[in-house]
Amino acid sequence: MRTSRRQFLKASAAAALLPMPAIAQGAGPNVVVIGGGFAGASAARALKHENAAVRVTLVEPNQTFTACPFSNGVLAELRELKQQQFTYDKVEQAGVTLAKQAATAVDAQAKNVTLANGTALPYDRLIMAPGIEVRFDALPGYDARAADMMPHAWQAGEQTLLLHSAIASMEDGGTVFIVAPANPFRCPPGPYERASLIAYYLKTRKPKSKVIILDAKDTFSKQRLFQNAWKELYPNHLEWVSLSQGGKVNSVKPDENTLVTDFTNHKATVANVIPPQRAAPIAQKAGVADRSGWCPVDPVTFESKLIPNIHVIGDAAIMGAMPKSAFSANAQAKVCAAAVATLLRGEKPAEPRLINTCYSLVAPDYGITVAGVYKPTDGVLADIQGAGGVSPIDAPRANRALEAQFAEGWFKTLTGEVFG
Amino acid sequence: MMTRFTVAALAVLLGSSAAWADGPAGAASCSGCHAPSARVETPVPPLKGRNQADIADAMIDYKSGKRAGTIMDRIAKGFSDEEIRAIAAWYAGQK
Repeated sequence: MRTSRRQFLKASAAAALLPMPAIAQGAGPNVVVIGGGFAGASAARALKHENAAVRVTLVEPNQTFTACPFSNGVLAELRELKQQQFTYDKVEQAGVTLAKQAATAVDAQAKNVTLANGTALPYDRLIMAPGIEVRFDALPGYDARAADMMPHAWQAGEQTLLLHSAIASMEDGGTVFIVAPANPFRCPPGPYERASLIAYYLKTRKPKSKVIILDAKDTFSKQRLFQNAWKELYPNHLEWVSLSQGGKVNSVKPDENTLVTDFTNHKATVANVIPPQRAAPIAQKAGVADRSGWCPVDPVTFESKLIPNIHVIGDAAIMGAMPKSAFSANAQAKVCAAAVATLLRGEKPAEPRLINTCYSLVAPDYGITVAGVYKPTDGVLADIQGAGGVSPIDAPRANRALEAQFAEGWFKTLTGEVFG
Repeated sequence: MMTRFTVAALAVLLGSSAAWADGPAGAASCSGCHAPSARVETPVPPLKGRNQADIADAMIDYKSGKRAGTIMDRIAKGFSDEEIRAIAAWYAGQK
C-alpha cells in the first residue's frame, strides 16, 4: 500500500512536470490551514489541486459549515438554515486531512500548530483563515450574555436562529432595531441587506411593524442603490438613522432591550446588535494581527507582514481595497494556494489580479451588486481605476430581477466549488 | 489493482482544471461565479472548454460597452485586452 502510494506520488509529480525533490523521498511538504470557512476550505482544496503531493491538514472543530451569505434570507423566512449548511466530506475526498479540533496555539519558531487535544501539527507553511471574532469588549453592555438576548447573527448558525425566532414571534406593531458598526467589519453591505429583507418580511407579514437601522457611520456600501430601493419598496417599513443624525449606539442594556445613543434610549421589540469585530483570537495569539486587531499581509502571497511562513486570508486579513466578503475570501484562497505551491517549489509567485463581486438582495426579486478588480500597488491590494463599482443607479427593474437570479447562481456556484 | 488506481488518479489530475499557479493573473477569480462543474444550476455561463475567441470577444465588448451586462461590464474594465486573451485561452484549453 505504502509502495503504491509512493509510486502514485512519483507518477503524479512526473505528470505535472514539477521538480519535487521532497516527493522523490516520499514525503511532501506540510501545509496546515486553520479555519474551514470560505477562505480556509477553498485554500485547502485549491492547494491539494495545485500539488497533490503537499500534505494539507484543515483544522476546523465544526462538523458542518454554516454560510453567512444568504443567511439574511433565513431571518425573512425565504430560506431554511439547512440550505446554508455544508459538510466537509468533499473536502476530505479531495485529499485534505481534517483535524476536527480547535487550534489553540501557533509556535512560529518551531513552526507548529497546537490543537485543543494537545496534538502539535508541524508545518512548512501555515495558512490562517480564522475569520472574525465578535468583540464583547467594545460596546458597553454587549457581552456574551447580551448576545443571547440581542443576537448579532454575524456568525451564521445558532445566532441566526435566535434572531429569526425573535422576529418570527414578534407581535405586529413592533420595532426591530439593527445596530450597524463602524468600518471595517465583515460583509459591508450585510446590515443593509438584512434591514431590507426584514422590511420585506414585515411589509408582507406584519405590516404595522418597522425596522430601524442605528448606524455608527454616515455612508455605507451600495448606499444610493439601497436608499432608492427603500424609498420605492419600504417607505413605511424601514428607517436609517446615520451617525450625524444620532445613530451611533454608545451602550446597550440587554435586560431592558434598550439601545443608548447620545440623544435617546431606544426601546426595541427585537434588537439585532452587530458589534465591532477583529480577527479571531488565534490570529491575535499567533501574533499576526496588528494593533487594529486585523492582519496585515503581503498583497502577492498573502504572507503575514509580521510573521514569516504564515499566510492570512479572508475576513481576518487587511486586504487593502478588497472588502471582507465570501467571494473575496475564495478568490484570495486560490491565489494564496497557488503562491504557497510556488513558494514550496522555491520559485517566486507571479503578481496576481483579484476580483470581488458582492450581491445583495433588497427583495427576493431585487438584486444589486458591487464589484471590484484589484492589483498589488505600493504594498497593498488597490482598486484598478476605472473598473468595478455598483449596479447602475437608473437600471430598469428587469436588471434588478436578473441580478437577484445571478445572486442565487453565485451562491450555488461558490458553495459548489468549496464544499461540493 | 494498483495500476487501475494510478491511471484513475492521473486521469483526475490531468483531466480536471490545471493548477491556478500556471494560470494567467485574474483567472482564479472567475470560478467564483462561472461554475467549473455543469452540475451547478446557475444562469451564469461556464467558461471551461468554450471557444477562446468567443470568451475574449465577449469580454472586450463588455469593456467597450458594445455588449450590455449586469456586472461583467464593470469587471472587464479591470483587464487589458492582452490579459483578457490570456484568461480566455486558459479557460478554452480546459476540458
